[in-house]
Amino acid sequence: MYVSLNWLKQYVDVQGLSPEVLAEKITKSGIEVEGIESFGTYVDHLVVGHVEQCEQHPNADKLNVCQVNVGEEMLQIVCGASNVEAGQKVVVAKPGAVLPGNFKIKKAKLRGEISSGMICSLQELGVDAKYVPKEVEDGIFVLPEDSEVGADANTLLNLGDVILELGLTPNRSDALSMIGVAYEVAAILDTSLELPNEEVTIVNEKADDAISVDVQCPELTPYYGAFVVRNIQVGPSPLWMRNYLTASGIRPINNVVDITNYILLEYGQPLHAFDYDRLNSKQIVVRTAKEGEVLRTLDDEVRTLSSQQLVITNGEKPIALAGVMGGADSEVINDTTTILLESAYFQPQTVRTTSKHHGLRSESSARFEKGVDPDRVKRAGVRACQLLSMYAGGEVLDGVVEFDQLQYEEKEVTFSTSYMNRVLGTTISNEEIQDILRKLKFEYTLDGETFTVTVPTRRQDITIVEDMVEEVARMYGYDNLPLTLPEGSSQAGGLSRYQYVRRTVRNYLEGAGLSEAITYSLTTAERANLLTPVDFAEMQLQPVSLAMPMSEEHSHLRLSMLPELLASASYNVARKQQQVALYEIGSVYVSEESTLTKQPDELERLAGVLTGNWLTHLWQQEKKQVDFFVVKGIMEGLFATLDLSEQVCYRPAKIQGMHPGQTAEVVVNGSAIGHFGQVHPTLQKQYDLKQAFVFDLNLQKLIDQVSREENYTAIPRYPSVSRDIALVVDEVVQAGDLQQTIMETGQPLVQHAIVFDVYQGEHLQAGKKSIAFSLRYLDPTRTLTDEEVETAHNRILDQVKERYQAELRG
Amino acid sequence: MKERLLELKAEALEKVANAGGVKELQQVKVEYLGKKGPITEVLRGMGKLSAEQRPLIGQMANDVRSDISSAIESKQATLEEAALEKQLEEEKIDVTLPGRPIHAGGRHILTSILEEIEDLFIGMGFAVAEGPEVEQDYYNFEALNLPKGHPARDMQDSFYITEEILMRTHTSPVQARTMTNNEGKGPVKIICPGKVYRRDTDDATHSHQFTQVEGLLVDENVRMSDLKGVLNVFAKQMFGEDREIRLRPSFFPFTEPSVEMDISCKVCAGEGCSVCKGTGWIEILGGGMVHPNVLEMAGYDSKKYTGFAFGMGAERIAMLKYGIDDIRHFYTNDVRFLNQFHKA
Repeated sequence: MYVSLNWLKQYVDVQGLSPEVLAEKITKSGIEVEGIESFGTYVDHLVVGHVEQCEQHPNADKLNVCQVNVGEEMLQIVCGASNVEAGQKVVVAKPGAVLPGNFKIKKAKLRGEISSGMICSLQELGVDAKYVPKEVEDGIFVLPEDSEVGADANTLLNLGDVILELGLTPNRSDALSMIGVAYEVAAILDTSLELPNEEVTIVNEKADDAISVDVQCPELTPYYGAFVVRNIQVGPSPLWMRNYLTASGIRPINNVVDITNYILLEYGQPLHAFDYDRLNSKQIVVRTAKEGEVLRTLDDEVRTLSSQQLVITNGEKPIALAGVMGGADSEVINDTTTILLESAYFQPQTVRTTSKHHGLRSESSARFEKGVDPDRVKRAGVRACQLLSMYAGGEVLDGVVEFDQLQYEEKEVTFSTSYMNRVLGTTISNEEIQDILRKLKFEYTLDGETFTVTVPTRRQDITIVEDMVEEVARMYGYDNLPLTLPEGSSQAGGLSRYQYVRRTVRNYLEGAGLSEAITYSLTTAERANLLTPVDFAEMQLQPVSLAMPMSEEHSHLRLSMLPELLASASYNVARKQQQVALYEIGSVYVSEESTLTKQPDELERLAGVLTGNWLTHLWQQEKKQVDFFVVKGIMEGLFATLDLSEQVCYRPAKIQGMHPGQTAEVVVNGSAIGHFGQVHPTLQKQYDLKQAFVFDLNLQKLIDQVSREENYTAIPRYPSVSRDIALVVDEVVQAGDLQQTIMETGQPLVQHAIVFDVYQGEHLQAGKKSIAFSLRYLDPTRTLTDEEVETAHNRILDQVKERYQAELRG
Repeated sequence: MKERLLELKAEALEKVANAGGVKELQQVKVEYLGKKGPITEVLRGMGKLSAEQRPLIGQMANDVRSDISSAIESKQATLEEAALEKQLEEEKIDVTLPGRPIHAGGRHILTSILEEIEDLFIGMGFAVAEGPEVEQDYYNFEALNLPKGHPARDMQDSFYITEEILMRTHTSPVQARTMTNNEGKGPVKIICPGKVYRRDTDDATHSHQFTQVEGLLVDENVRMSDLKGVLNVFAKQMFGEDREIRLRPSFFPFTEPSVEMDISCKVCAGEGCSVCKGTGWIEILGGGMVHPNVLEMAGYDSKKYTGFAFGMGAERIAMLKYGIDDIRHFYTNDVRFLNQFHKA
């Protein structure tokens, strides 16, 4: 809502406050002033001039030399506008004036002719082009004939008016009118209010002889009033009215339309003027549309209607979409002489549905949707008739032809002062509350400390006690509320165990060199089916899709974070980033239903992507590309951090989208919880990536495995013994199996068996490989003897020989 | 003989003093103190001396030997020290060359902001509550005093999956769920971070996915002044002690009275600039006293219980705190963006 301060001052005294101070006060009381703009620019030495003479410039085809009377003198002005003519009243910037853009007007010679000033267009005075009437878009602005020569043109054109842009919350539809804003400002400033009178002179002819009103769906149209005004002369509306409309963001059209718009802004009540003679009937019938009925609306669109939509008809066919837009066939045109003025109360929901259906949001529908003030419906019509008779020569017929089943009563809200103070944390007195209610112009009774407030119909947002609490609080001033801290019972706050461990996981991964990424949960249909987690393998998954996505890009809920993480990696590689290591913790959305009847399961996962360099080439280190074992190292470190190393094992896995020979699944206590490895080269290519490695773990299952029991193991007091062995085995034998055998067989003395070398090549038989382990023997209770170590060692060698035909490498 | 010894001593000490290296010094040692050296020779001739003379000369020869020996030792130490110094000098490196890099990653800025806010409220006794991103219409709207057809539903066009299931448009359903689970008992004291979704076309200031964090306190006798006090603590800790806060009345369907909180603009210190659109204030969050309908629907007696709730967008806070100009940066995962926020 745009509020012209000059207009507002017609109703309420703003006590000489600067626009900024006033705006601050309004904002702090509950209606946010989102912007303060100036309407055009106030220009000194700007006066009304009368063009006495206008001749073509002797040396220029497109210029005119005008003699302009500006009151105390006659100025010769060279003017380039095509619409300048002798006899016009125009806006003259005299020498000394400075137009917007620091354009200084000086006496000058233009192609040999003296020019002492400038005849101005509205745009040149800083008025936004969208508010400039169409007919003078390309020329100077012509003032009404009765404008006084030499008078200040700023006042006439409302230049320098200040416009407050109000950001209204949905509850404050009362401020969708100048009167509503005036009530608010009067309350804030504690000042009186001057409202328009609604007196109208009528002619001795009954309106109900001219029209009848029949409402067929009273629940959707509880009130419909029709006024008839004849002898209308359609023409421009008075300049002040045009100025106010323009300042409010509405383009002036003609006096009839302007007056209905003026009332819409002043009262917040949308009106509609029909050309009475083009109704082709003497009746108004309000009903729901018939399925498939059509109406050509004012914007020249032919609209097909449905039975949920409310229409105004002439008894036969629709002439307007109720509350949204009128029809083109009954539109007021230049030779309209009699109008039928509609002032109605349409049920908010029906206007909302209709306007939404047709994508038609008008100033009118915006007000009906929120519910207009029932008390103002008829009064607004009367006020419009008054203006029509004043500014359009209209004669108002006697009476309003109406259908009236509008029942409304003022609501009562009861509260006590102590309740108010208990909720607000304040110590407001009865007197202070009384003072606030007086400023708001709310009537009330006070019994002890119990207030019973009668809420005026203009404030339909106030229905319950809490609404009155807000009303009192905002007038009292949120600034004046004390600062306290909650005093009630306390609880143990903090992170849950899961949340705490999740932070530990983040800390570890970041320490290991990965940066956290966040990708979108909504992805493409294709990506929703890509790289599905290994632990979901046995489910019949159905990717969940949105009913009405904004784009294909974000149409499906992800089942894995990897597809979008790979896209992020690809984005970085395309921008020459050589080291990409990202992880993400987020949900995937799992459902086996083809049509959802319940929410999908949301499972939190941990995924990541690494590509490019792990170590960059520097003066002191060789470049190293990320490989499988970099990722595995990160995984092992993670499980060690969570004290799960003992429970985890790795199995080669074949997973769609992954390299068949470089992928492992992670098995914890017997069940797979995720996988890691290289992305399948075909998929890598689709993402424009060379070698990309990923991991994807079920974070919830992982964290569930983390034990709270952490036992201390004493530092050994006796020395350990180290032995290295190199075992030659068939190349298909897995290091993990050998290691497991060593550890099992070596119990309880073997503390660890670390692979320190793997060899395959010319010094070995084809098809064989050598794996070297470093073993550590320890007995925490005493010093081991050589014999004991030797015995254990031989037992290990026997076992690996038996199980894997492993030979000691010579 | 005595003269000979003194002569030898002088001669040896001179050679020791002149020795330029360890090797040369060894030669001096062998030459004078060796078994075939001149002092040994002098001692061999002691048989010719008288009985009185013998011990004297013997003593003297020993003294000379010991003097030369300690001179050599001392010289040896000096030479070794010089040699070590020389060696160390040769081991000199360019300490300005860069070290071996330890590449640490870091949190996403949105996670950092959420954790900062979580920790701040944990300090005030709040727990962290999370809930589903795919929500039931009931918890997302109806339980929050937004019945079907409510005009305020327009404020947040949503991604529906079915008529009853949608991507949550705010984290408020977590509040409704937590209250419902608490079965009408107080206190409920939670902070709810999470992802939310709205039907918006992505551009510099809009994102179809973004991050919210909300707080809720429901108990007997919770006052609006408590909300103001808690938000004041939050704003000062989050944005700095020197920032002013301001509460303005506002409207949300789930709170009454409702507030919006502004903090004074950091860029212009309240003078008015382009960042704050000339107002000197920057909007940070919305909140209010929990609407009695919301309390009642979650099973709380609104005569007995009151509460406050507030919520804010993490992206907005990050954008204001760091001057980030495009919301899409948070989801593009450009490592040049991510790596900027690794400092503590």
